[in-house]
Amino acid sequence: MVIALILLLVAIGSVAFHFWSPWWFTPIASNWNYIDATIIITFVITGLVFTAVVGFTAYCVFRFRHREGRRAAYEPESRKLETWLAVLTAIGVAAMLAPGLFVWSQFVTVPKGASTLEVVGQQWQWGFRLPGKGGRLGTSDNRYVTPDNPLGVNPNDPNGKDNIIIVGNDLHLPAGKPVKVLLRSIDVVHDFYVPEFRAKMDLMPGLESYFWFTPTRTGTFEIFCAGFCGIGHPQMRGKIVVEDESAYQEWLKKQPTFAQMSSPSDKGVQAASAR
Amino acid sequence: MSDVALGAGGTIPPAEVEDVELYHPKSWVTKYVFCQDAKVIALQYSATALAIGLVALVLSWLMRLQLAFPGQFSFIQPADYYQYITMHGMIMVIYLLTALFLGGFGNYLIPLMLGARDMVFPYVNMLSYWVYLLAVLVLAAGFFVPGGPTGAGWTLYPPQAILSGTPGTDWGIITMLASLILFIIGFTMGGLNYVVTVLQGRTRGMTLMRMPLTVWGIFTATVMALLAFPALFAACVMMLLDRLLGTSFFMPAIVAMGQPLNYGGGSPILWQHLFWFFGHPEVYIVALPAFGIVSDLISTHARKNIFGYRMMVWAIVGIGALSFIVWAHHMYISGMNPRFGFFFATTTLIIAVPTAIKVYNWVLTLWRGDIHLTVPMLFALAFIVTFVNGGLTGLFLGNVVVDVPLSATMFVVAHFHMVMGIAPILVVFGGIYHWYPKVTGRMLNDVMGKFHFWVTFLGAYAIFFPMHYLGLMGVPRRYYELGDAAFVPPSAATLNIFMTVAALFVGFAQLVFLFNLIWSLFKGNAAGPNPWHATTLEWQTPTTPPPHGNWGKQLPVVYRWAYDYSVPGAKQDFIPQNQPPAASLAT
Ligand code: HEM
Ligand SMILES: [Cu+2]
Ligand SMILES: [Cu+2]
Repeated sequence: MVIALILLLVAIGSVAFHFWSPWWFTPIASNWNYIDATIIITFVITGLVFTAVVGFTAYCVFRFRHREGRRAAYEPESRKLETWLAVLTAIGVAAMLAPGLFVWSQFVTVPKGASTLEVVGQQWQWGFRLPGKGGRLGTSDNRYVTPDNPLGVNPNDPNGKDNIIIVGNDLHLPAGKPVKVLLRSIDVVHDFYVPEFRAKMDLMPGLESYFWFTPTRTGTFEIFCAGFCGIGHPQMRGKIVVEDESAYQEWLKKQPTFAQMSSPSDKGVQAASAR
Repeated sequence: MSDVALGAGGTIPPAEVEDVELYHPKSWVTKYVFCQDAKVIALQYSATALAIGLVALVLSWLMRLQLAFPGQFSFIQPADYYQYITMHGMIMVIYLLTALFLGGFGNYLIPLMLGARDMVFPYVNMLSYWVYLLAVLVLAAGFFVPGGPTGAGWTLYPPQAILSGTPGTDWGIITMLASLILFIIGFTMGGLNYVVTVLQGRTRGMTLMRMPLTVWGIFTATVMALLAFPALFAACVMMLLDRLLGTSFFMPAIVAMGQPLNYGGGSPILWQHLFWFFGHPEVYIVALPAFGIVSDLISTHARKNIFGYRMMVWAIVGIGALSFIVWAHHMYISGMNPRFGFFFATTTLIIAVPTAIKVYNWVLTLWRGDIHLTVPMLFALAFIVTFVNGGLTGLFLGNVVVDVPLSATMFVVAHFHMVMGIAPILVVFGGIYHWYPKVTGRMLNDVMGKFHFWVTFLGAYAIFFPMHYLGLMGVPRRYYELGDAAFVPPSAATLNIFMTVAALFVGFAQLVFLFNLIWSLFKGNAAGPNPWHATTLEWQTPTTPPPHGNWGKQLPVVYRWAYDYSVPGAKQDFIPQNQPPAASLAT
């Protein structure tokens, strides 16, 4: 008896909690509102199923609880009912999977003209590299990593000379422009995660992963590490400043290139402060 | 009406094999310690699993205390926190749940439910337990070695697992890998037993399609474990070699803390594939026995046949098979080619269909039943709620694009606790309340049982349901403290305190349960041979608790399926499986 009531309360309470709790998505700041939409669809479908199943269970417990003289029905199976339920479930699942896969196909297809950003992880800080005037990233390898070359850019690759290196500092991005993010790690697995952008991706040592997004809102957003990387994992933070194009260009001009950083005279400071 | 389909009566094949002569113990040591009786081995497995599980429970309190009051306890340093989560996760999944369901319930119930005298290879079965015990001891030794146990997370991802930025890389990771290797060796010995016993040891008349779903669940899970554990075994050996001999199976060229390491050419993602090729089936290795047992609990205590038995069997087998082609849903954002996401999202969501059918059939078994709200039934009902909840959030995480924002957040932690932590544990409790009378001859105390149930069910739900919303907001997992994070409102801290208080209550209720287990052994009401009026063979033994050899002189003969409850026209509302057709009719 009590249990029937409690089961019902669990169903209703869960739904009420969903609507009235103060904890919800952070306001989005990228193009991936499709992801949020898919989550909402999933919430609706699963929420309905949850309340239906738990509510029905509560009803059965109430209605068919043992009383003196009661006897259960004998009903081994019902092909028709089972088939119907299976078909309905398959439809519900398809209604979630189809939009999911549709959005995923956008997720894996980087739009033409996206700018490139390389994110490099190491215990426990973020490094970034942007192509310079030449527009290309030079090759890289962990074997080239030295205090002067924290991201392991290939010193013999001419494409790398003008690359812009940001270590231990905030990254800026222009609003409204799609970015292809390339990710790699110098030591262990990390994961580049900005809650407001929704997207995240691992930095897997030994390979280069990618994803893309378009920052849509100006502001400062915090980068978290979402791939357990040892004891400093929660402290591995960084900041992304999304701003309009002119402010971005202003910032970009002040950043050191790889060539500047590795020439001992100038700005070795940046790299040194990073260690 | 079901007689044709489900085979009450029919012809009973003549005995093909002579009754086996068991090795009967001659001394106290061979009777209670190095014992070959599956029932004693089952109890040894269960006691060991519960003991080490208690350690994992205590660790969960410590973790929850840290999350609610970060930095307030000087004895919980960041390194400790990571060691706690690693040991807690690994113990709960492998050393508690896997061992308890397969080694505990499997050993006790398979021979009894199938009308066998024992497992087919009793000696190997005994060895299985002792190797398991050794694995547990090696695991526990991790707490005492220099540097403490590994803090790599239960997934033990390299390179981090063997590099110095992670706690416990001196010794802890070695004891962990060694313990896992031992566990798999021990399990393989037991597992072969369970499989061969199900295939070869059934009594006359016990066709496969008359087996109780408990046996189907344990059997399928065991087959899966025999196929999945080798991947983990190989991976553990490779990581041990990387750690001890400097090979580079999982290690690419790395510069750690400014120092280039002597590794190169290996692939850390290979570990993830091997780990999850084991790890995903592992979820079902824990879930399928729970599915089976809960089916029998619901049917018995609702006095009604399980609805759609054949569909239930095929769903178990289908889920087991499908679960081998979904592993990379744990790796959507690992950097593998993202196009694999299409395949793995589709296979993952397809599993939802047979799983949902199982849920419908449990609920439809309640429909028009005669529901006795006994403690096992209460746990079964709570299982339905938590399992449905956790299963549905699996549809979020399996749907690749939805997984992107949610993966590696507290949403995942909430999801897997609900579906493979809380739900199966509730079945374990239900099962213990259900079979304790057979094991000991006494009932567990009902008042303590109800107290245990309510606190555990509502408490666990209160911990893990709100936790999803922290993850939805974006709080990452495996953070010993969140620190400043602009996107998290201060109210989240209050929620964390609430969850911790709930966790402490739940923990306390488990102590009441343990007390009940011991108290009822001496003071519990006498149970009689079949207190629940159940149909399955274990309740029809000539003596309770059943002796070595189970059946006395004559093995039982089976005439019907396991679910003849409330058969129209029968005198009683249950007909035991070994009752010949004529005897069951009303007089
Ligand atoms: C009341 C009982 C429990 C409580 C309060 C609890 C609490 C926790 C907490 C706080 C974490 C760490 C979350 C994080 O920081 O990422 C955790 C992790 C985990 N728990 Fe539990 N837990 C409980 C029961 C269980 C059970 C029954 C299982 C069995 C499947 C389980 C399996 C795990 C696993 C696999 C992890 C992940 C460890 C890792 O991240 O490496 N827990 N639990
Ligand atoms: Cu990290
Ligand atoms: Cu999985």
